[in-house]
Amino acid sequence: MSTLAPGVRRRSKLGWNLLGLLVFVTAGFPVYWMLNTAFKPAKDAIDPDPSLLPTGVTLSNFSRALDIADFWGPVGRSLVVSLAVVAIGIVVGTLAALAISRFAFRGRKVVIVGILAVQMVPLVAMIIPVFLLLNDLDQYDKLSGLIITYLTFILPFTVWTLRGFIVNIPRELEEAAMVDGCSPTGAFLRVVFPLLAPGMVATSVYAFIQAWNEYLYALMLLSQKNQTATVWLGNFTTKHGTEYAPMMAGATMMAVPIVVLFLLVQRKMAAGLTAGAVKG
Amino acid sequence: MSAADTTTPTEVPPPLSVPPPPTPSAPRRRRGPGATPWLLLAPCLLILGLVMGYPLVRLVTLSFQKFGQSQLWGFLPAQWVGFDNFTAVLGDGEFWTVVVRTVVFAAGCVIFTMVTGMLIALLLQRVSGWVKTLINIALVASWGMPIVVATTVFKWLFDADYGILNALLSKLPGVEMIGHNWFASGPQGLAVIMLLVVWGAVPFVVITLSAGLTQVPKEMEEAARLDGAGAWGVFRYVTLPILKPIIVMLTTLSVIWDMGVFPQVFVMRNGHPEPEFQILPTYSYDRAFVVNDYAQGSAIALITVLLLLGVVAVYMRQMLKIGEVE
Repeated sequence: MSTLAPGVRRRSKLGWNLLGLLVFVTAGFPVYWMLNTAFKPAKDAIDPDPSLLPTGVTLSNFSRALDIADFWGPVGRSLVVSLAVVAIGIVVGTLAALAISRFAFRGRKVVIVGILAVQMVPLVAMIIPVFLLLNDLDQYDKLSGLIITYLTFILPFTVWTLRGFIVNIPRELEEAAMVDGCSPTGAFLRVVFPLLAPGMVATSVYAFIQAWNEYLYALMLLSQKNQTATVWLGNFTTKHGTEYAPMMAGATMMAVPIVVLFLLVQRKMAAGLTAGAVKG
Repeated sequence: MSAADTTTPTEVPPPLSVPPPPTPSAPRRRRGPGATPWLLLAPCLLILGLVMGYPLVRLVTLSFQKFGQSQLWGFLPAQWVGFDNFTAVLGDGEFWTVVVRTVVFAAGCVIFTMVTGMLIALLLQRVSGWVKTLINIALVASWGMPIVVATTVFKWLFDADYGILNALLSKLPGVEMIGHNWFASGPQGLAVIMLLVVWGAVPFVVITLSAGLTQVPKEMEEAARLDGAGAWGVFRYVTLPILKPIIVMLTTLSVIWDMGVFPQVFVMRNGHPEPEFQILPTYSYDRAFVVNDYAQGSAIALITVLLLLGVVAVYMRQMLKIGEVE
């Protein structure tokens, strides 16, 4: 680079920037178009020659989306399920992560392999036996059944990510606390826990998003009257066929809170997910 | 925070929490951690065992039984039929069509995702700061989009009559696409679904690869350049080898995810994928819950899992290398 004349360099930078802007527009377009359609008057949404720019702002699509089918019921159920999954998952996951990152014990490796392997089983393959199991346990069409099912795919991920955060907390800190008279539990609560808290928050948010976004199990394990938010959106049709403008309004209501949450934690999570990959 | 911050320390920490002055620690070591780690693990293993372990076993046993509607309602006991389900599935020409379609679809998704991801990650190193920020915002937004939301948005983009894509394409001279139904034919419809999968998958790849690219020492690139390597040479012989562990991990993960694509196809086809849209996950679902043959559905799911085992093995080896460092 340094051998190029400044003019050439500036011109090549301009070229890269233009290419970058093209990537930005392409990657961002679906999101833009969802928002654009959600806020534009419904009649402009069925214009055969649609304008790329906003044609006016209205909230009527949102009220129409709320009218077509009960929205708050499914959202409430999704919230209950996701929050329960996060609460249980983070407690159980932290305990397990402590075990595999702070103790050397016989069978540790088997447990790690097991947890990683569970994460690799395609969820779709498990739907039939899980359906039969919950049917036998009388948990079909119950939120509790869905919660315990979600835990199986949230837990391996939670354990593995929290492990990544825990191994980064120097053991010497705990040791110092114990030298000063803390019990192991005290050392964990006073030293490790405060340092781990940001990682736990990030992991919780990520787990929440995954539980919130799940579709197949929510579709199969709950009947129509108990459907969750994703299923609500997936079934979004009216007797006049699909009305896209209200549908995009529904999509916006579901996506925006999640995308914002995601923005808040993704940096931390991206790092956690691939921890150690380079040096491995 | 970059990937570097979370990499594990290279020194092996002592197994006990007390620093071991050799002699006095010996008795403690013999006592070992005892039951504590198992107590900590117990709730986790219990949940995984119940809702993952048991169904996994059930998946295997089911696929060797006859299990339909009457067995589901308990009118008839499940009956062992040996390999009948597998013979039936493997002898079915449609099954093999679905397998080939799934493999082609997943391979297309993985290659397209990895190549696009790599190109964007490399591009991000060359653009100005503000362009980089813009691209990152767009990527994180598309990454965070719930899959079902993204699917409905793509359904709208590709709508035959009012979809923006057809309208834009028709603006090109000599192209008349208004009313073109992208889902009239399987290959074209699956190409749209592939685009949807790739759009959702690229951000994770770009962000992970970007983190990896920051670890490539500038001096090594410089040295290669001084030795006469062109841009491609530097990439091929310096960047790529350093990124290899990340690429292996991302590729294996993508294969596993893309072989399991379900909601995208299911929602895109309004809950009833046509025969030419069936891929293994939807086919297995169809057999179990539409045809009500739970046993054959399980056999298909089990075959899918077996198909993936090789890929999983590669991924696990990579992850275990990391696990061993601690």
